[in-house]
Amino acid sequence: MQFQDKPASEPHSPFIAPGHTFGSVTEKIGAIVLQRPTGWGWLGGFAAAFTLVLLLLFAVAYLFVRGVGIWGVNVPVAWGFAIVNFVWWIGIGHAGTLISAILLLLHQEWRTSINRFAEAMTLFAVACAGLFPILHLGRPWLFYWLFPYPNTMGLQPQFRSPLVWDVFAVSTYMTISFLFWFVGLIPDLATLRDRSQSRAGRIIYGMLAMGWRGSARHWQRYETAYLLLAGLATPLVVSVHTVVSLDFAVALLPGWHTTIFPPYFVAGAIYSGFAMVLTLAIPLRAAYGLHDFITERHLQNMAKVMLATGLIVAYGYMMEGFMSWYSGNRFEMYTSVNRLTGPYAPAYWALMLCNVIVPQALWSARIRSHTVALFIIALIVNTGMWLERFVIVITSLHRDFLPSSWGNYLPTPWDWATFVGTIGLFLALMFLFIRLLPMISIFEMRTLLPAAEVKGGREG
Amino acid sequence: MEKQSPQAADASSLAPHPSSLTPPLYGLLAEFDNPSDLVAAARRAHAAGYRKMDAYTPFPVEELNDALGLGQTWMAPLVLLGGILGAALGYSLQYYVSVIDYPLNIGGRPLHSWPAFIPVTFELTILSAGLFAVLGMLALNGLPMPHHPLFNAPRFALATRDRFFLCIEAADPRFSRDDTWRFLDRMGPRSVTEVEM
Repeated sequence: MQFQDKPASEPHSPFIAPGHTFGSVTEKIGAIVLQRPTGWGWLGGFAAAFTLVLLLLFAVAYLFVRGVGIWGVNVPVAWGFAIVNFVWWIGIGHAGTLISAILLLLHQEWRTSINRFAEAMTLFAVACAGLFPILHLGRPWLFYWLFPYPNTMGLQPQFRSPLVWDVFAVSTYMTISFLFWFVGLIPDLATLRDRSQSRAGRIIYGMLAMGWRGSARHWQRYETAYLLLAGLATPLVVSVHTVVSLDFAVALLPGWHTTIFPPYFVAGAIYSGFAMVLTLAIPLRAAYGLHDFITERHLQNMAKVMLATGLIVAYGYMMEGFMSWYSGNRFEMYTSVNRLTGPYAPAYWALMLCNVIVPQALWSARIRSHTVALFIIALIVNTGMWLERFVIVITSLHRDFLPSSWGNYLPTPWDWATFVGTIGLFLALMFLFIRLLPMISIFEMRTLLPAAEVKGGREG
Repeated sequence: MEKQSPQAADASSLAPHPSSLTPPLYGLLAEFDNPSDLVAAARRAHAAGYRKMDAYTPFPVEELNDALGLGQTWMAPLVLLGGILGAALGYSLQYYVSVIDYPLNIGGRPLHSWPAFIPVTFELTILSAGLFAVLGMLALNGLPMPHHPLFNAPRFALATRDRFFLCIEAADPRFSRDDTWRFLDRMGPRSVTEVEM
């Protein structure tokens, strides 16, 4: 958006390949939606993802019939996969907001070619995340009891509980992410309306564009609104994962009751989110020939953000261990030892490998510029962040204060079906998004072109 | 969209008539190749005393705010108002629920436990300010607006692609079909067209 600042700092490696014009940028991104035929690759990918959506529907239907007993949860581990997956998905969403809001405020123009699909990723990840706490409720159809409303039972929610804060944080996050994404889309929807060859396309994109005509007066308010939304989304994204971490930290359980949780959760969220953006961007770039717009430099920058946040997360692991020893509390110390050597030790060591050791390869510029290596590291980090949530949720719960209440947790096939099903839901929504909407913000890409600069002094 | 074709047919049948009989004019639309020419044209039109005009561009051109003499928008105060309303409503909701409607005495702890009310107050502040920003922007821009006279101009579709338009509206007191046409034509646009109501 800050196109007028661009020429001041001419980048050594451009964010957009040379030789593009306003028209060519429009055509290239618009054609993916409007002209490009639906290929077998897209159909195959969508079919595979949709099969997993059917699996999710099946697992959820069975859950509704039989109840949460089909999952592996029981006392003492009452928070199984549902909470692990909830935290994992919502963390993934955070990179989208970071890219679109925080990097916008910091004038990081390289965000322009990745913000649109990173925002879509946020939206779909939050949708997947939101399913889990609701399914975990036992009687999911009564989820609206979470909100304060006048009811015949005379009950009200407990506003001193982080679980109620979570309801407000996640629903606000979902709403604001949607608004941010949709507002960003309006000018591009108008482009699609004006470029579409089919009547259906003109009508549908036309309705969604709401009559946008690019008026200078409209742009002025639009820009202010967009900037203010970015300013609002920035503290919001930090607050959401903070509240999620307080679900744990406010509890008195060893391994959860620690003040490092909010910053360490926020860093972990950004870490996993950037890993997911890379996981999506690298194949998309290859499949749709977007090398002109998602350049080497974008991948390099994202790898660097991943490395930096990965180091913060590693510091968090270190502090967890240190504080449990330093507290002198035997339950805290036992939790740490149990993580390292107990029944879930393999998950802990796999987590260390995935999240702390492997990402150190990103120090090397050669690996950062090797797309296949970067893709594999991103997948490993995604796995590692899932393991992190698994270790946090399960190891603290399965050893209660009294050995007589100890237990173990083993996910059932229904747990796996629900988890894999949401991955399918996420991918299916992503497939639909790249087919039906411009995955790169066309109007913001135009502002990056040299011709967008207004020449001639202030007085004409 | 549907309206366009009969109107275009109307226009061609009316075109040879003398100017007093042609359909009412919305304005004259000049098309430029790049934002620099458009900003220069907008400055000259503003200097020539035209006020009822607007520019149409495929991306935001901040220089136009100054060139067209646009003032401050109401967006910032509106969003501030949204935030304050959200905060007040959010906090009073929690106060009402926790102190008045459903008080829970837990070991004699205060009912009005304000630090615990901050997270939800914060979230509702952001939610309300964000809704005010988006809905306020749409409302002040008069959107959604399914049809606008400018969509009658066939070349106007390029305003969302790679062309830059300046429209001087017939409602401007200085507007005259011939003089304004000549004025726009002198600035070297790609084309000047009449936009019908």
